[in-house]
Amino acid sequence: MLFLEMILVALQSVRANLFRAILTMLGIIIGVASVITMVAIGTGARAAVDEQIEALGASVLNIRTGNFMRMGVAQSGATLTIGDAEALARDAATVEAVVPEAAQQLQVKFGAENRNLRIVGVTPNFAAVNSYTLAAGSLFTLADDSAKRPVAVLGNSVPAQLKTTREAMLGGTIYIKGIAFRVIGVLEEKGASGFRNVDEQVWIPLATAQFRVFGSDTLDNISAKVSPAVPVERAMVDIERVLRREHNLLPGKDNDFSIGDPRQFFNVRETAANIFAILLASIASISLIVGGIGIMNIMLVTVTERTREIGIRKALGATRFNILLQFIVEAMVLCLLGGTVGILLGTGVAALLSRVLGWSIVVSPTAIGVAFGFSAAVGLFFGIWPARKAARLDPIEALRYE
Amino acid sequence: MTPSISQSDTVILTRGLERSFTMGDSVIRALSGVDLTIRRGEYVAIMGPSGSGKSTLMNIIGCLDQPDAGEYWLNGTLVSNLGDADLAAVRNREIGFVFQTFNLLNRADALHNVELPLIYSGVPRRERVARATETLLQVGLGDRMHHRPSELSGGQRQRVAVARALVTRPSLLLADEPTGALDSTTAREIMGLFAELHAQGNTLVVVTHDAGVAAEAHRTVRLRDGRIESDTQNAEKATA
Repeated sequence: MLFLEMILVALQSVRANLFRAILTMLGIIIGVASVITMVAIGTGARAAVDEQIEALGASVLNIRTGNFMRMGVAQSGATLTIGDAEALARDAATVEAVVPEAAQQLQVKFGAENRNLRIVGVTPNFAAVNSYTLAAGSLFTLADDSAKRPVAVLGNSVPAQLKTTREAMLGGTIYIKGIAFRVIGVLEEKGASGFRNVDEQVWIPLATAQFRVFGSDTLDNISAKVSPAVPVERAMVDIERVLRREHNLLPGKDNDFSIGDPRQFFNVRETAANIFAILLASIASISLIVGGIGIMNIMLVTVTERTREIGIRKALGATRFNILLQFIVEAMVLCLLGGTVGILLGTGVAALLSRVLGWSIVVSPTAIGVAFGFSAAVGLFFGIWPARKAARLDPIEALRYE
Repeated sequence: MTPSISQSDTVILTRGLERSFTMGDSVIRALSGVDLTIRRGEYVAIMGPSGSGKSTLMNIIGCLDQPDAGEYWLNGTLVSNLGDADLAAVRNREIGFVFQTFNLLNRADALHNVELPLIYSGVPRRERVARATETLLQVGLGDRMHHRPSELSGGQRQRVAVARALVTRPSLLLADEPTGALDSTTAREIMGLFAELHAQGNTLVVVTHDAGVAAEAHRTVRLRDGRIESDTQNAEKATA
């Protein structure tokens, strides 16, 4: 009840000096709005990254021949073979599908244009495993592979690289190492993932690549798609077990292959989002501090202005603690009002950003709770000193104050 | 809350009150040994020229200040050694202040001003409003309860202040130049109200330098240089 009176007095005081109160609250408003926007963007960015990981097939692991380090020296390991891929498909229970890949950077010629592109020999399931979709034409088949037919599927930007169009290339002939390949399909745009742009690759049947183009039966990479609902870490252990057996590695010997987790590439995206969040967090904390100092300043003014009122209240039976509490409550009311406006503003800015930038943005109740907590804490921290000053006023002098 | 039967009917008892202030290099002795006894139901004027120590005495009696030496018993309780919180409680329960400049809260209406002491003593809202209303009616402001001080005349403001002083049913009404800011007609009204309150059994102490105001009291204590110079009964009033 006494507390209610304190809140009432605080609200009266805010109403009596409305403009001043708004100016005072500005720092808190900006601070809290930043916190809300920051958390909304952070949460949204994380959700977006999760979504992209899902879409880009993050559950595909890349197994490479090991260029591993031993005593500071890079060792070239054993090669990966089609046998390894078969063993994985057969024995690694956590793996749903396996794509053996052999790749080389080669000159591709179409008409008068030529270009150095990455040629990848793969089994026909490569598109399904990597979630690639066909934009036009068709994919090659198992029959194409076993017959070592010279057919090619192009990455989305390959026609542009060769200064032509998709339509002009489809059904046409490209020359790789002087061998004529018929273009049977073009993929949808995928975007750069990691350090490699798959849109600039050319896919051909693995057998064709190994026996007609590269002249080598070694693999550069095996893509292994992890079965649904299996943790990536478990699949990695499983793959390691099968390959160590295939490669006859004795216990204690290092792996001669490496298993790459593509999720690491997404860390870059997440880092960018984090940097943005840190930036906003610093704006938020600086404006909360500045706002808090503003609150403290105005509370000191208020205490001076209301010296006489403090004297009256003391004469009527208010204890030092009552007065202390009253002015802390007042500072907190200012901050919480500012916090409320800030939450509304922050939500508005977040909504605007999501519309303009197309980011997914999530305003969480936690963020609102945290923002409220911050405002209250600022009010408490910066309100204590002026309130103490008020509480310590001598009632006789306070009553005499003009 | 009517005056209870206590062991003694003494409201104020002071023994050897001393209080000095340091002003720059010099020490001013505002009170140097004041012994004063005021009994329940008395109407006492404290007079004296400025610098006589009457304000200091009033502050100590009102528990706004503490003596450097000596004892002050209020209603049988030694209050001259109490801490801040206890002293605030004593001010709240035992003393009703009436000031020269009214000292009302400008942002609050008359009713809320009168409620204020009850808020600090933790009286529930319903009872608080009832008692504040009743007290405002008692001082003749039944129709001004929701007016702010700025919407009231000087006399009305002082009535609000008197109502605020009375609402806790204190054992002592302490007025400091209660008519100092009023014109003579209004001043007479307020003094009439005081006489009424006294007749109802309240103990009144009025600090004033106005002989006319002092003449309304039944006893006059004169201070000079921090000591009681004279302590006389007003024969005409005392028998009334």
